Amino acid sequence: MLEGRVVVVGAGQAGGEVAIQLRRMGWQGHVTVLGAETAPPYQRPPLSKKYLAGQMATDDLWLRPRETFAEERIALGTGERVVHADLDARAVTTGDGEVHAFDHLVFATGSTPRRIALPGAELGGVHVLRSITDVDGLRPALLPGARLVIVGAGYIGLEVAAVARGLDVAVTVLEAAPRVLARVTGPEMSAFYDQVHRDAGVDVRTGARLEAFEGDGQVAAVRLADGQRIEADVVLVAIGIVPDDALARASGVHCEDGIVVDADARTSAPGVYAIGDCARRPLVHYDRRLSRLESVHNALEQAKLAAAAITGAPRPTEETPWFWSDQYDLKLQIAGISAGADRVVLRGDPGTRRFAAFSLAAGRLIAVDAVNAPAEFMAGRKLIAQRAEVAPERLADTSVSMKDILGAG
Amino acid sequence: MPKVTFVDSAGTARTVEGRNGQTLQELAEKNNIPGIDADCGGACSCATCHVYVAEEWLEKVGKPTGMEQSMLDFAENVTANSRLSCQIRLSEPLDGITVTTPESQH
Ligand SMILES: Cc1cc2nc3c(=O)[nH]c(=O)nc-3n(C[C@H](O)[C@H](O)[C@H](O)COP(=O)(O)OP(=O)(O)OC[C@H]3O[C@@H](n4cnc5c(N)ncnc54)[C@H](O)[C@@H]3O)c2cc1C
Ligand code: FES
Repeated sequence: MLEGRVVVVGAGQAGGEVAIQLRRMGWQGHVTVLGAETAPPYQRPPLSKKYLAGQMATDDLWLRPRETFAEERIALGTGERVVHADLDARAVTTGDGEVHAFDHLVFATGSTPRRIALPGAELGGVHVLRSITDVDGLRPALLPGARLVIVGAGYIGLEVAAVARGLDVAVTVLEAAPRVLARVTGPEMSAFYDQVHRDAGVDVRTGARLEAFEGDGQVAAVRLADGQRIEADVVLVAIGIVPDDALARASGVHCEDGIVVDADARTSAPGVYAIGDCARRPLVHYDRRLSRLESVHNALEQAKLAAAAITGAPRPTEETPWFWSDQYDLKLQIAGISAGADRVVLRGDPGTRRFAAFSLAAGRLIAVDAVNAPAEFMAGRKLIAQRAEVAPERLADTSVSMKDILGAG
Repeated sequence: MPKVTFVDSAGTARTVEGRNGQTLQELAEKNNIPGIDADCGGACSCATCHVYVAEEWLEKVGKPTGMEQSMLDFAENVTANSRLSCQIRLSEPLDGITVTTPESQH
């Protein structure tokens, strides 16, 4: 059955891709993508990298030009927020009161930045970073000599710190955890990036307890619990995201900090799928434990899985999850998920700004964080997918090539 | 305005016009060229924008950087003509270049 109506809620990285994949897999019926933002599906990674730095045109963010959606007979409704999904009547309603009937429904609603519950959080000059509109609000404040305080030392916070230093902005990073990137990587990588940012002139303060944002209409300072006051012209709050699962939950779909799906992106409701940042999926390389992944790879992979489930096309094989982060001249490439590691093996010397940290659990490779080290990243992806046991001494020995380790793995 | 011919794995050719400074991958994406996935959007981190550069253009295109070469070393179906299209920037000397896209990037 390649006929019928598919409605996709959310026109981001996942929503745009599932529509295109449906056509590639032979779907003949209607495909409608409804997105709350006015832009066509676009790439978010550059928003904290090249686009923020002013090195990329807005048009170059589009994942595909609007013409491609038209050529593929995909109805792309931008600026249309879905406010209600009725799974019994099999229709969704937009804010304008338009009703779209469906046979298959895909939630691709993404996520929203976590808000900070502190006095003064609503002051002018306190920003979050998720969309083109957010960048357009933040960038004009990044003037030479301006004082930027970034709350949260995750990838987005640190990427913005790097861009801002490049623009001669004075940067302070406040992180509640005892180390930067604490949620996503091991102590070795954290220590490396901490030093990199300090060397670039960033004032990195870990273990920071925030108390309030101060200012009269416009933010002027951040007050810490120990009484310190850090003056600020602009603040970025980058403390993670929350999945956008409210619409799905209200429609009766099972949610638990994200829309719970199976390996084929099916939700608890028949004919209803969820993909991308909003979904909580079983990780096939990690004992099928349920997890949310916040990455381009995850959005694209789940888009393909959902399209295959809808069309009946052969299901694609899951790849090792992967991610990247650009800070200064450093390209960090990450494969796998390091949570649960019982051993970390370094390959290469961090002092050379080219090295990798391999995370192992019970002798198997579960993740690699590679700094300017693409061979380690690429070989790592394969070894993790193979659930390979790898000898730590070989990983640590740079005289043994990654090709040889892969061959032996 | 350099012209680029993309030949798909079945041999069908399409010639499109790019602009100087644009990458081959960006041009392919703008023109809905099949066979290039470009999952990372040009960040040299996915190797799913792999193309085969026609023999007579190899020299003009130049050698891949160490980063690109390492990515290619672990990609599928790599030949001496393999390049990552996100790492090739268009310029007048590349006007008329032909590249072939693989059947699949995964
Ligand atoms: C600044 C930044 C940098 C990043 N860097 C990287 C990186 O380097 N590498 C990487 O792999 N990942 C990166 N990511 C993460 C990656 O961009 C996301 O994982 C990816 O965009 C998720 O795709 P998605 O389609 O699930 O969500 P989104 O791309 O967020 O799309 C969801 C869309 O749905 C819309 N929507 C929500 N609710 C409704 C509704 N009710 N009706 C209609 N529309 C709705 C939203 O407005 C949004 O446009 C970054 C993210 C950000 C914000
Ligand atoms: S687009 Fe990812 S490596 Fe070229």
